[in-house]
Amino acid sequence: MSLEYYLILSALLFTIGVIGVLIRRNAIIIFMCIELMLNAANLAFVAISRSLGDADGQLFVFFVMAVAAAEVAIGLAIIVSVFKHRETINVDEVNSLKG
Amino acid sequence: MPRDLIIVLLISPLVGFLINGLFGKWLKGNEKLSGGIGALAVLVSLICSIIAFVSVDRGNTLEGEAGILYSWISDYISIGFHVDALTTVMLLVITGVGFLIHVYSIGYMHGDEGYTRYFAYLNLFVFAMLILVLGNNYLMMFVGWEGVGLCSYLLIGFWYEKQSATDAGKKAFIVNRIGDFGFLLGMFTLFAAFGTLDFGGIFETAKELQPAAEGMGLVETDSFKQIFGASTLVIATLLLFVGAIGKSAQIPLYVWLPDAMEGPTPVSALIHAATMVTAGVYMIARSAVLYNIAGTGVVVAWIGVLTALFAAIIAIKQNDIKRILAYSTVSQLGYMFVGVGVGAYASGIFHLVTHAFFKGLMFLTAGSVMHAMANELDIRKMGGLRKKLPITHITFLVGALAIAGAPFLSGFWSKDEILHSAWGSSKIIYIIGIATAFLTAFYMFRLIFVTFYGESRVDPEVESHLHESPAVMWVPLAILAIPSAIIGLLLGVGGHDSWFHHFTEKVSGFKVEHGEALGSAIPFMIISSIVGILGIAYAWTRYKNRVPSAEPTNALQKLVANKFYVDEIYNTFIVQPIKNASHFLLWKLFDSGIIDGIVNGVAVLIRAIGGLLRRLQTGLVQAYIVSMVVGIVIFLAFYLFFT
Repeated sequence: MSLEYYLILSALLFTIGVIGVLIRRNAIIIFMCIELMLNAANLAFVAISRSLGDADGQLFVFFVMAVAAAEVAIGLAIIVSVFKHRETINVDEVNSLKG
Repeated sequence: MPRDLIIVLLISPLVGFLINGLFGKWLKGNEKLSGGIGALAVLVSLICSIIAFVSVDRGNTLEGEAGILYSWISDYISIGFHVDALTTVMLLVITGVGFLIHVYSIGYMHGDEGYTRYFAYLNLFVFAMLILVLGNNYLMMFVGWEGVGLCSYLLIGFWYEKQSATDAGKKAFIVNRIGDFGFLLGMFTLFAAFGTLDFGGIFETAKELQPAAEGMGLVETDSFKQIFGASTLVIATLLLFVGAIGKSAQIPLYVWLPDAMEGPTPVSALIHAATMVTAGVYMIARSAVLYNIAGTGVVVAWIGVLTALFAAIIAIKQNDIKRILAYSTVSQLGYMFVGVGVGAYASGIFHLVTHAFFKGLMFLTAGSVMHAMANELDIRKMGGLRKKLPITHITFLVGALAIAGAPFLSGFWSKDEILHSAWGSSKIIYIIGIATAFLTAFYMFRLIFVTFYGESRVDPEVESHLHESPAVMWVPLAILAIPSAIIGLLLGVGGHDSWFHHFTEKVSGFKVEHGEALGSAIPFMIISSIVGILGIAYAWTRYKNRVPSAEPTNALQKLVANKFYVDEIYNTFIVQPIKNASHFLLWKLFDSGIIDGIVNGVAVLIRAIGGLLRRLQTGLVQAYIVSMVVGIVIFLAFYLFFT
């Protein structure tokens, strides 16, 4: 199977993630889209690693997963905390730091 | 003469200034110590001056290389001393009169808040004045020149709580600035022409220039740098004379001196009668070589004689005892300028010496009168004081007789010499001078008759406290009265062949060949004496039993009583326009408008830019991401399609 298919899928997933982050207002959805982008990158890593026959790319995927897991833990905690204070997770309404 | 002697002479008042200036706080409780240190510092200088004087009299002057302490500005300008006959005469006047005035001040300033400050300033003044006369170049002279100006300002405004005193101080300082500006330009001109400011160097080069046969124009030699042509020396001497006009209170810059009487009276005696105001005369005498060659002495003489007459006329109608003396000083300084202007340098300096004694004496006696009269200055409120203040009366009388030119007193000799020399130069100057001599005798004895004779008009409250001054004050008066009376007789007998003339003849440029023989001085002496006595007699007939009327009766009297409205004219035509220009042009337009405009404009501009940029900082993370994504897409597109 050609490398291109994997990379195109990865690019599609990444673009979906970016658009999701840009247009959605729900913090949890935005969060999910970020995860989508991370995993699109992971897919590209694995595919290229396999194609080159080099394990380094697969090694990096584990790092990304670990970081993503940490991020999820902190990010969800913040979202919960914001919801407790504001009773909303609409990011347009969470704007008290606006200059 | 050892140079160290001169250093001790110079440094002693500086030490006195430092002690009183730095430790005055601790000396405050002990007036005798504070004043004693001040007087002692000047006494040391006086002793050194006497030694220097004797040394110079024996022919040991300190000139040229020997006097140089160190060279500054790569040998162009040196710091050093120049001590010759002229210097020692000035030294004796400064330290001699200065010492007596310090002693007098110990009593006069008793109980004053600023007692130590006063002595600190007075010592600093003596120090600056010594620099002025000891320097071996124009720059050092200028340093002293500015130093005495500063001390004059500080001491005129000594009682700074009084508005009039601070105003007078500022006036003196600013008017002197105008003159000093001329002095500076004169120095620059000399430096440009001669490449040095040392007296020795300038005079040596200048001596090679000879006045042309016809008297006008100069013959140039190779050594004289022909930058500005032959008129350089004329310009330089006239500019230096502008400095002298300011410092020595001549027309048109005399206006500060009468106001300077706001200061303590001993200050008026020391600075504004005996020493500082004569600095201009000293400067011209020192530059005698230049004035001889440039031929600008005639300007000096004319300004001098006109000032003498003008100030004497004003003095006639004044009623403030110190102001009469102040105008008298202006007038007498005019005489000195006549002396140095017509080339009779020794006579001018001789008058400087006698004037320092008798005018210093009269100011101190005026201080004694004020002391007795609870600071009353108006002579109309005095009268009959001779019974209550016998010593003051006698000493003042000696001074007044000396200035009026009574036969054989000091003023008689010196003034007569000047008038005699003036006759040889210009008959008109002589006539104006002799008219001034009449006025001098008249106004001085008007002052005496109104103050010391006639019925007492003293306020009864004050009269009960009338007392002669303490010994610390009247002893200096008595000591000063002696030279005021006899110094002319000691130094001046013989006119142009006198001891004083022989003593000073070695000073550069003093010996001037007169075009025509002056002839015998005897007829001049007789005329001067008659004129002086007539002046006294006229004052006697008019003011024996009469008080000067409060209101001037006719237009002329009003004009004179108001000092020819010179202050008002200056105020309207010079001070106010400058003030207005400063206010509207410099402050409102330039400072507030342009300078503040630029500073505030920068701030406004930055705020406006900030206001625009602020809109980017929305706080919406998604908005940032949009811009980031757009940026990345643009970059990617650029790299994909254009490279």
